[in-house]
Amino acid sequence: MTGIVTWARLKSPWILHMNCGSCNGCDIEILATLIPRLDAERFGVLLKGTPRHADILVCTGPVTTQMKERLKRIYDQMPEPKFVVAVGQCGSSGGIYQGSYCVEGGIDKVIPVDAYVPGCPPRPDAIIDGLVKLLAKIKEGDKNDK
Amino acid sequence: MIWLANVKIPIGPQHPALKEPENFTITLDGEKVVDADIRIGYTHRGIEKLIETRNYIQNLYLIERICGICSFTHTQNYVQNVETILNIQIPRRAEYIRTLFLELERLHSHLLWMGVAGHEIGFDTLFMYTWQDRELVQDILEFISGNRVNYAMNTIGGVRRDISEDQKKKILETMIYLEKRAAYYKEVAVNEKTILARCQGVGILKPEIALKLSAVGPTARASGVDVDIRRDDPHAAYADTPFQVITTDTCDVFGRFVVRVLELFESINIIRHLMNNLPTGEIKAKAPRKVPEGEAISHTEAPRGEDIHYLRSNGTDKPERYKVRTPTMANLLSISEMLKGTYLADVPIIVAGIDPCMGCMDRVLVLKEGKENQPGYLLDWEHLRRYGIQWYAEKGGRIQ
Ligand code: SF4
Repeated sequence: MTGIVTWARLKSPWILHMNCGSCNGCDIEILATLIPRLDAERFGVLLKGTPRHADILVCTGPVTTQMKERLKRIYDQMPEPKFVVAVGQCGSSGGIYQGSYCVEGGIDKVIPVDAYVPGCPPRPDAIIDGLVKLLAKIKEGDKNDK
Repeated sequence: MIWLANVKIPIGPQHPALKEPENFTITLDGEKVVDADIRIGYTHRGIEKLIETRNYIQNLYLIERICGICSFTHTQNYVQNVETILNIQIPRRAEYIRTLFLELERLHSHLLWMGVAGHEIGFDTLFMYTWQDRELVQDILEFISGNRVNYAMNTIGGVRRDISEDQKKKILETMIYLEKRAAYYKEVAVNEKTILARCQGVGILKPEIALKLSAVGPTARASGVDVDIRRDDPHAAYADTPFQVITTDTCDVFGRFVVRVLELFESINIIRHLMNNLPTGEIKAKAPRKVPEGEAISHTEAPRGEDIHYLRSNGTDKPERYKVRTPTMANLLSISEMLKGTYLADVPIIVAGIDPCMGCMDRVLVLKEGKENQPGYLLDWEHLRRYGIQWYAEKGGRIQ
């Protein structure tokens, strides 16, 4: 039974994209992974509109004070098991906005993160690579659980 | 029976129809929008304050990241400001390369917008088409600067990378292809039933209201307001570049679509002109690290409209005050006007119609009225003036 669940999970990682105060650079690159040239859908990736349908939360931005609570709420609304990918330098560490009075400095200050994709912004191929690595990690993790 | 008049619906900050966090409180009467209240500030990152803590070279990279879509316009404004205070003349070749980037940025931004608008009306094919073509522009940008989004091309006194003959050839080749595609999109925009049905007569903004609410860029031009900073106050190399300012008088989302499609042609022609007349010579003038005391203001025509930057320096290597007014800020007021009287289902395309860029815009904090001398107290003009004089008097009396 778990075999089927893992198989399904690996073949259809639905993502929810959330902007936590990014400069948009990372967001357009995330959208650019969906276009025909790279076609992230071949990995079963589908961009979803609601946290309740999503397996993977793809976050960008340094998490502004305003978005902090909202990020937590969105994370809580996602069904288990859930994974988080932090895209971009700001998502990983606060990046260029470090030291500002209203940024938290990285997604992992607020919610646990499973994969980081560095770059300012990372290329769309790098984002897909990050996602595929995460899938490999999920597969490994499931093997170890058995 | 419960009477369902004037229901308030919050949209955002995280909502499938919105690409960025913002919040609209829509008051509905049945399906009709009676009132729309906009709340912003979710992506406020305190950039203006950060700018004051970094030196002029570091700020180039920070200001570029005000917005990932129109990153070049912001640095363009910044370097213009610094160059005005330093009073340095930049080489002609650098001016041309800067203009080239401004136009490439407009191309990719308009293609991006058409895709997003198509997505909002459920026409995802258009999204796939335009974004595919946009990749070609991104390829050129990457070929010249080494980066797709934040190009780090501008520097104080000129640009950081030159354009080789190879690159020139590739740009001109791509322009031939993009012109064909733009012609195709023009066909699509005026003939495709999906677009006509969803965009015509939707999100009306009358010219007088556009002027009153100080709309800028394609939003204003689609309402027949003939403004374009490139022509009205030429910066970079626009003064010797022939082009036309596109306006329509349909005042609706369809007009905004048409203006942007036609601007693609203008941008392509400008790029051709620049490449065929590229002057030879240096690409950078030498600039000192410290900037003398002074003030400067600069505006450019960003893809979304007029972008204004203000800089005050105090003789050190860090700015004393920096202020940015982005086009989305100017256009946002008109959204609430456009929304009134439309249907709830049209809200996404109307909001997308101004091509909002919240990442750029969130630089303002609105405070609720509080008690005097407590946080959140709103000062009126007279109060503020007196407060300013007193503050400076205490600080050492610069203004008495
Ligand atoms: S990592 Fe860079 S491109 Fe991405 S959101 Fe942050 S500043 Fe923008």
